[in-house]
Amino acid sequence: MAALSVRGLHKRFGSTEVLKGIDLSVENGEFAVLLGPSGCGKSTLLNIIAGLERPNEGEVEIGGRVVTGLPPRDRDIAMVFQSYALYPAMTVRRNITFGMECRGVPRARQDEAVARVAALLQIDGLLERKPSQLSGGQRQRVAMGRALVRDPLLFLFDEPLSNLDALLRVDMRTEIKQLHRRIGSTIVYVTHDQIEAMTMASRIAVMNLGRLQQFATPDEVYHRPANLFVARFIGTPPMNTVKARLASDGAALVAIVGAGRPDETRLVLPAAPEAARAWIDREVFFGIRPECISDGGRGVDFSAVKVSAEVELSEPTGAETVVLARLAGERVRARVGPHVRLNQGQSAPFLVDTRTTCLFDPASEQLIA
Amino acid sequence: MAEAVAEAVAEAVADAALPVATPAARRGRWLIYAVLLSFAVFFLVPLGVVLLNSVRTAQEIGLGSVIGWPRGFAMENYAEAWSRYCIAQRCEGVRNYMWNSLLMTVPATLVSTALGALAGYSVSLWRFRGDTIVFTIMLMGVFLPDQMRLIPWALVLRELGLTNTIAALVLIHTVQGLSFTTLFCRNYFVGIPQDLIKAAKVDGAGFFRIFWRIVLPLSPPILIVTVIWQFTGIWNEFLYGVTFTTGAQQPITAAIIAISVSSPTDVPQYGVQSAAVLLAALPTLLVYFFGGRYFMRGLTAGAVK
Ligand SMILES: Nc1ncnc2c1ncn2[C@@H]1O[C@H](COP(=O)(O)OP(=O)(O)OP(=O)(O)O)[C@@H](O)[C@H]1O
Ligand SMILES: [Mg+2]
Repeated sequence: MAALSVRGLHKRFGSTEVLKGIDLSVENGEFAVLLGPSGCGKSTLLNIIAGLERPNEGEVEIGGRVVTGLPPRDRDIAMVFQSYALYPAMTVRRNITFGMECRGVPRARQDEAVARVAALLQIDGLLERKPSQLSGGQRQRVAMGRALVRDPLLFLFDEPLSNLDALLRVDMRTEIKQLHRRIGSTIVYVTHDQIEAMTMASRIAVMNLGRLQQFATPDEVYHRPANLFVARFIGTPPMNTVKARLASDGAALVAIVGAGRPDETRLVLPAAPEAARAWIDREVFFGIRPECISDGGRGVDFSAVKVSAEVELSEPTGAETVVLARLAGERVRARVGPHVRLNQGQSAPFLVDTRTTCLFDPASEQLIA
Repeated sequence: MAEAVAEAVAEAVADAALPVATPAARRGRWLIYAVLLSFAVFFLVPLGVVLLNSVRTAQEIGLGSVIGWPRGFAMENYAEAWSRYCIAQRCEGVRNYMWNSLLMTVPATLVSTALGALAGYSVSLWRFRGDTIVFTIMLMGVFLPDQMRLIPWALVLRELGLTNTIAALVLIHTVQGLSFTTLFCRNYFVGIPQDLIKAAKVDGAGFFRIFWRIVLPLSPPILIVTVIWQFTGIWNEFLYGVTFTTGAQQPITAAIIAISVSSPTDVPQYGVQSAAVLLAALPTLLVYFFGGRYFMRGLTAGAVK
């Protein structure tokens, strides 16, 4: 059963349309991540799901019940905010019990619930403190506790980790993931951090400019991006997308980068989809992940194509070196071994693994599948 | 000359933050202190004269001058001003009028502050259709001169049958205070993060519960400011008091005007009059002395650190 369904959602603020028709269905127990650049409407969507904003059009269904007109308190949801939104004048304990207080839960049950959540999140020692006496990580935990103390149909998280420092964020990421595994509830989680999305999500909803671009597993979003936006948004560095001409070479398809140039590069595509045949002798966008272009020192399969490209920039990151190079005139990024040092202007050999590439329609920008 | 002073002052101001000052800057700083001090003295002279006269006897003032150091310490001026001094043919001192003022000021202050807090809360943290228009209209009350409101109030009071009552003044000051109290509270409450309200809504709290449990506990700084502002403003106000009340119903500020109307045969009662004036001013002076600190702090405080 779908824990959450959103149908045909439109939201306008004055004359600007922030959500332009969102359809989304999240299964029971799923960890759905809303991912997208700043200002694309993630928080707006989450607020509409929570009932904090009204949509101009469309419907929201939670646990099989249409809740579009209902106020937040009648939607059986819990929410964690980016700013944590802890009530400054209340102790941690009161912060956690406030929701139960509003719902008239008896005192004994409240105490029980607080004890359970405090143990779960290891905040037992903080219960009598005020939020101003807590560190960022502790506040984050309390904010989680306030949501977890209830047993709602749906948890909504709006960038809960973005105010934490990098190390703490990695820890909390793991904890939230484990927590989800333990309690098994449905979560909708907003972030603009790809790593968070990739590591935690069961499915990622990629949004841009008020539209849902793709809603699929992290694997699929990464390897089969639905369109050029997703391809260029996911991954650090993201997928290379270069103009290429498609040609057939016997049974196989070939992408020709820089066709007509003296250094034109022919890349055989062993895994090109059937639909791509319609694009023979036409221009497409050829997409390839930077890790599929390497210096050959990483045990790449012998089926890889040897190419030569001119190095423009070399960025050592520690674990690897990202090289910006020109392949037949087109800019591409490659990921080479950490000890490989290439000089600017030098022409260097690369190995291109073409087994997992993508082709995009240049007009509609959609994946050719 | 003026330029040189300006230069020295500018230098002094610029250097004020620095631990070591040049001789020029030090001279400039003394100049600033001297100017400020003379202003302070200038403003305090009336208070000083009244204070000194309030403990001088009528003879002493009559023989000497109105400005002078007291020879003795005539506390009976205060006793007389409090309960026997004749104001407008009523020889009962200021105490009844003081009581009137208190009866007027306390309820008007409390009610206008409470309603202002509630109104400020709803225009700042709850968006509703036309909320900015409502707020703009309320704001106009801040700028409307009091004289313009006299006639409308006269009509309203007659309709309500409240002419010449303290209740009328309570009503007037409560309603007229609303513009200010709403503005104060609204400007403070916009500093409260919207997320707090959203979180409380998700938690299941409604309009009044959020006000009571989330917003009010954050509000003491601005409530103190508003109460001080309203209390001193209403206590010191006299136009409405003079216009709408007479005789025994008047607040102290209106009644004390009668001091200036003394018969020519009388010996001027400067001592008792000074004491009466000081008694009339005492509540607001006390509020400034004990609350001024909180007033400044509250004006600059944010809602959430
Ligand atoms: N109350 C509002 N009135 C007018 N415009 C708004 C309002 N709330 C949001 N917007 C606009 O809607 C767009 C989407 O905002 P939203 O907060 O949903 O973005 P977001 O995806 O959550 O971004 P971020 O990652 O920065 O949090 C933005 O362009 C924002 O300026
Ligand atoms: Mg957001």
